[in-house]
Amino acid sequence: MGAIGTVSALWPFFASLSPARDTIAAGAPIDVDVSTIKPGQQITVVWRGHPIFILHRTPDELKMLQEAKDTGLLRDPDSQQPQQPSYAANWHRSLKPEHLVLIGVCTHLGCIPRLEAAPGGDLGANWPGGYFCPCHGSKYDLAGRVFNGVPAPLNLPVPPYNYIKDNLMRVGENPPGINFEISEIEQI
Amino acid sequence: MAAPVKQNKLIRWIDHRLPVFTLMEHELNEYPTPKNLNYWWNFGSLAGIMLVIMIFTGVFLAMAYTPQKDLAFDSVERIMREVNYGWLMRYIHMNGASFFFIVTYIHIFRGLYYGSYKTPRELLWMLGVVILLLMMATAFMGYVLPWGQMSYWGATVITNLFSAVPVVGNAIVTWLWGGFVVDNPTLNRFFALHYLLPFVIVGVVMLHLAALHQHGSNNPLGIDRKGPQDSIPFHPYYTIKDLFGLGVFLLFYAAFVFFWPNLLGDPANYIPANPLQTPPEIVPEWYFLPFYAILRSVPNKLLGVVMMFGSIFILFLLPWLDTSRVRSATFRPIYKWFFFVLIVDCVALGIVGAHRPEGIWVVIGRIATAYYYFHFLLMMPFVGWFERPRPLPTSISSAVLKGGGRLAGAGATMEKP
Repeated sequence: MGAIGTVSALWPFFASLSPARDTIAAGAPIDVDVSTIKPGQQITVVWRGHPIFILHRTPDELKMLQEAKDTGLLRDPDSQQPQQPSYAANWHRSLKPEHLVLIGVCTHLGCIPRLEAAPGGDLGANWPGGYFCPCHGSKYDLAGRVFNGVPAPLNLPVPPYNYIKDNLMRVGENPPGINFEISEIEQI
Repeated sequence: MAAPVKQNKLIRWIDHRLPVFTLMEHELNEYPTPKNLNYWWNFGSLAGIMLVIMIFTGVFLAMAYTPQKDLAFDSVERIMREVNYGWLMRYIHMNGASFFFIVTYIHIFRGLYYGSYKTPRELLWMLGVVILLLMMATAFMGYVLPWGQMSYWGATVITNLFSAVPVVGNAIVTWLWGGFVVDNPTLNRFFALHYLLPFVIVGVVMLHLAALHQHGSNNPLGIDRKGPQDSIPFHPYYTIKDLFGLGVFLLFYAAFVFFWPNLLGDPANYIPANPLQTPPEIVPEWYFLPFYAILRSVPNKLLGVVMMFGSIFILFLLPWLDTSRVRSATFRPIYKWFFFVLIVDCVALGIVGAHRPEGIWVVIGRIATAYYYFHFLLMMPFVGWFERPRPLPTSISSAVLKGGGRLAGAGATMEKP
């Protein structure tokens, strides 16, 4: 009885450290007009304090994602780890193939990877294009899938999102009928 | 109890109601201290003085600091440029953290060499490890307060360590942050805790001292005091010796404060925190580098976190991992060398921690991490069993005074042990 009383009395103090109501409210979904993003272009928006990458992939880039020379080097090519909602657990890791939406936070230790879309270059002749994290050298492909042999353990996370109109994306809200919480992502 | 303090009427009146003078007399004047303590025994009192300096400067800094994410960085710059002597207080505090760790680490290695953790001083040692953990938490949260790039990203990386906990990891991290990223609520609570924890440390230091005074200081020979001929009163003998040591220490400390105030810090922390841009490399302050090296040497994330924290928690078990009954390494021919290898190992870990985990640094880091655990978990129990210690002197006096351990031996030629 005393233990129940003690825990009940301490609970408010414990709970007060969890995100406050306005902090949660500030994490409400945001709308993004994706019609202005040209093929090959990426924009970064901020949601819940995280950078959200929205990349418009070209047909060539999409074709590369399915080729074995890319997928053979990946740690989790089929998105089996819970790093995305079910509707993004496909080869392009998105609702529409051309629009990639990622939480731009490296799964190693939380740095921000940068887009290195062009193949080759500084990252080696066999670099197929993707994301590179400058902190500890983690590499991801153009679907945010992590390559083998880098410190990051998991693919870049995909946040919940849907299209409320053809070119109007809402980040932070699932398509109707799907319940996916961001806390289900194994690691941001 | 002692006669002199009871002379003054007022003192006698107070002491009868609140025996502070009796206590001081008992713990300073009468407190018997081994007469052979060397300067390695100076670092405990230096750590205590550093704690006082940190609290004192910290309180004044808090009067000009603003724990709000849009104002924190500027308020620190205001302390540096506008507040009278603000620069001095900040540099004393900032470098004070480094020097607090320097004297504490030396204090710990002194205990390791002379076996100060052995019976009957196990709890004294364990309270010391608690103080070390509290110091680390305080230092980490203090480093976040200026809200520079390294503050922000250091906080991100370190709090993210808890995401390695299975199942509830992400929930713990969100709870620690009070938000979805390191943000204003995080800064607020870190400031509150950074102000609180030093006073908790003061409390544990009191317990540390109470445990110390129960059996008195260990000494370089590691043998118990046999009688009054082996000890001298703490005051004035060791107060004056410690004060001389303090003077020498302050010369080094002041040199850094006045001539190289930013040498031990990271220049990236003079860039305001930017949550959308990570600095090229995230490195902790120097005193955390060995632990950071252990973290990065382990390829598995959860295991890395466990081994990093384990490297400190293992010290709690030290009194039982060391099976030798001889305290001082002076008389332990094999352990002594392992002790020096451990120092080299810890320095190597520190150097590895300052480099990117690539190439040779990964190899060195893994070997050094393995050695660290080998030293405590395997070497200590086994060497204690098979090592044949050199014969111990019969008493502290007999080692100092030629030809016997009695006061009658006074006047004989002095000799170093």
